[in-house]
Amino acid sequence: MIAELGLFALCWSLVFAMLLVIVPTLGLWYQKPTWCKASGVYVLGQFVFVAIAYLCLTLCFLRNDFTVVYVLTNSSISLPWFYKLCAVWGGHEGSMLLWVAVLSLWMVAVCGLSRGLDDAFRVRVLVVLGGLSVGFLLFLLATSNPFARQFEVLDSVGRDLNPLLQDPGFLFHPPMLYMGYVGFSVAFAFAIAALWMGRVESSWAKWTRPWTLAAWCCLTAGITLGSWWAYRELGWGGWWFWDPVENASFMPWLVGTALIHSLIVSEQRQQFVAWTLLLAICAFSLSLVGTFLVRSGVLTSVHAFAVDPLRGLYILIFLLIVIGGSLVLFALRAHTLQRQDKPDVVSRESALLLNNVFLAVTMLTVLLGTIYPLLIDGLGLGKLSVGAPYFNTLFIILMLPMLLLMGIGVHLRWQRDVLRTVVVRLGWAVILSALLPFVSLMCFDRAMTVPIYAGLALACWVILSTGIALYRRVQRRGLTGLTFAYLGMVIAHLGVAVSVLGITISSGYGIQDDVKMAPGDHIQIAGMHIMFVNEENLTGPNYHGSRTRFDIQDGQRQATIYPEKRVYDVGKMPMTESAIDVTPFRDVYIALGEPLDETAWSIRLYYKPFVRWIWGGGFLILTGGFLALIDRRYYLTRKTHDMVIE
Amino acid sequence: MHPHRKRKLNIILLILMVIALAITLTLYALRQNISLFYSPLQLATEKIPAHQTIRVGGVVVPGSVVRGTGDLLVHFKITDYRRTIEVSYRGILPDLFREGQGIVTQGQLIDAQHFNAVEVLAKHDEKYMPPEVKSSLSSASQSNLPQSPKANL
Repeated sequence: MIAELGLFALCWSLVFAMLLVIVPTLGLWYQKPTWCKASGVYVLGQFVFVAIAYLCLTLCFLRNDFTVVYVLTNSSISLPWFYKLCAVWGGHEGSMLLWVAVLSLWMVAVCGLSRGLDDAFRVRVLVVLGGLSVGFLLFLLATSNPFARQFEVLDSVGRDLNPLLQDPGFLFHPPMLYMGYVGFSVAFAFAIAALWMGRVESSWAKWTRPWTLAAWCCLTAGITLGSWWAYRELGWGGWWFWDPVENASFMPWLVGTALIHSLIVSEQRQQFVAWTLLLAICAFSLSLVGTFLVRSGVLTSVHAFAVDPLRGLYILIFLLIVIGGSLVLFALRAHTLQRQDKPDVVSRESALLLNNVFLAVTMLTVLLGTIYPLLIDGLGLGKLSVGAPYFNTLFIILMLPMLLLMGIGVHLRWQRDVLRTVVVRLGWAVILSALLPFVSLMCFDRAMTVPIYAGLALACWVILSTGIALYRRVQRRGLTGLTFAYLGMVIAHLGVAVSVLGITISSGYGIQDDVKMAPGDHIQIAGMHIMFVNEENLTGPNYHGSRTRFDIQDGQRQATIYPEKRVYDVGKMPMTESAIDVTPFRDVYIALGEPLDETAWSIRLYYKPFVRWIWGGGFLILTGGFLALIDRRYYLTRKTHDMVIE
Repeated sequence: MHPHRKRKLNIILLILMVIALAITLTLYALRQNISLFYSPLQLATEKIPAHQTIRVGGVVVPGSVVRGTGDLLVHFKITDYRRTIEVSYRGILPDLFREGQGIVTQGQLIDAQHFNAVEVLAKHDEKYMPPEVKSSLSSASQSNLPQSPKANL
């Protein structure tokens, strides 16, 4: 009964989404303000019914209703309740439902928080978002109904959630990522609405930027969480694999980063408007392509749930309509948005333009590496895979000038600046950042290679130069002159530097060792003494296995960790639960391989210095984005309603 | 030249240079890091240069897994039910590596019958078959095919 109720609610939400597209559009056409005003009601209606559908599916999971196919394949009686809650998005159908639910949530937010917007514009934004909802709701109902029933298997205990997903990381990572993915739909809708109107109001960027920042923050959080989860659970100690699915989330992030920077120029200088619109379209298109790549099962990975050509075809057509349509609209209207006042080559505008070029090029190289195997396979030229070294090489090469630029860009003035004064101002920062890595590596007596030196020097450079910029700002305007947006920029840029430090040091000085060990054996790694103490049996709610104990002696510090090997009862699937001894400056990571004889195991040991800094940096970037989001200027203008018409 | 135009030209040149550099690097890096996929049958019939990193996929032959004593060296055979190739690997096998499971290995060919793997990939769950392996198997005899995931539903 609950499942049918859910399906019924889903149908109703489709009706509301369709009304949202049709009625206000007709209202705009026939100039009937009351028809346009109805959009708010439809948004609310769609949200309520999608929420009901989502709750129904959750209830099906909690009640172990295994006549629902989706519950049968993604849950089991012995699954703990909190994993049941997130098993709702553990498969294809449920994750699409989450997509729609998140989209509805953003729509309600836009509807409620943008009352200061010009009505004609606001209605168009909602209509575009409604159109996207129709696409996804139809997709759910036509090809991937999460409420489908079966009556063949009646005595099942459920096929259980994929054990890889039974991890606290799974509670937060997918919803955050989806909030980000789907959040770009708001920026997209703002861009399409502006193109639809045929003009861009001067306050357009001011309205778009907070929404973009909010989505970008969620995506940053999602990616950081995902990387941390992969490190603990999937990856045997790796934190980024250039897996197609990771790339699918990283590409919108890169474009989103470019977008929040180009929006600054659009907001403050009324420039780059066409480019900003294009970026907004691209960011969301990449989110859609990401969904397509991941959900259609074209790509092989943990994240790909099912292979169903009908779904693939539907998404392909949907993509074609959304991306193709918006690009055509852009091509038709963009030339009307040109501005004439060109800035100087040495100016903040140019620095931000270069930032955008680098980010866009980086995104394109990642895109190429991701779809190249698909293209070759599609053309029947054989099957191949593109290795991680490809991505690493290109990414590092593109990031070096980017970091260099980051230090200079924050010092440049709008419109025109003199390079010489900036160089003089930053002279000692350059010298210091060239020397510091050298001296510190000498102090710690570490070998130095060119990539490590470059990474450390550039991180120092970004930190010093950002610090100087902050100091000068405080000197000129006082502490009260610091806006949240400026503080956000400083913290986010420092976050990038912190991540670079973490990446450089952990990959440069990390140690990996695969060894055979039996209880009583010990080993020396990076000056630490690690002892395999014992092994005991382990029984969990839906698994059993072995738990081992390792003692780590690191100078004065004593630690004990317990790596596990679990076998999940339903799927008979073995899982490695690694154990990590964490300090701010290094991780010791131990994972059990396989039992080799009665007592001995193959064991993987990692010593990873500064690896926590990678996610620490991610957290700082997120904080920076959040600070920029709560800047006063976005909320002051709302009261004055100044929509200046060009 | 008009200074305004000159400035514009400079910007365009700069952007073009960045893009050209990126394209050159991309193509170079791509060429270096592609690994082609082969089935054991293709290995036997096609000529593959030694010391080139390739991927080989198939089903692990039951009973073929032999572990070395003392270190982490392991030998096993993978098959597409037409040809079989012997693989040696030093390191820890993934959780889902087991006899009868479809896997993909990456490494270098020693000779037509021996493959030296540096990486063994077995992902997803026990019902899962890597798509490359699946398509190379579906062209082989159907009788030995393990059940496809959809057959369970």
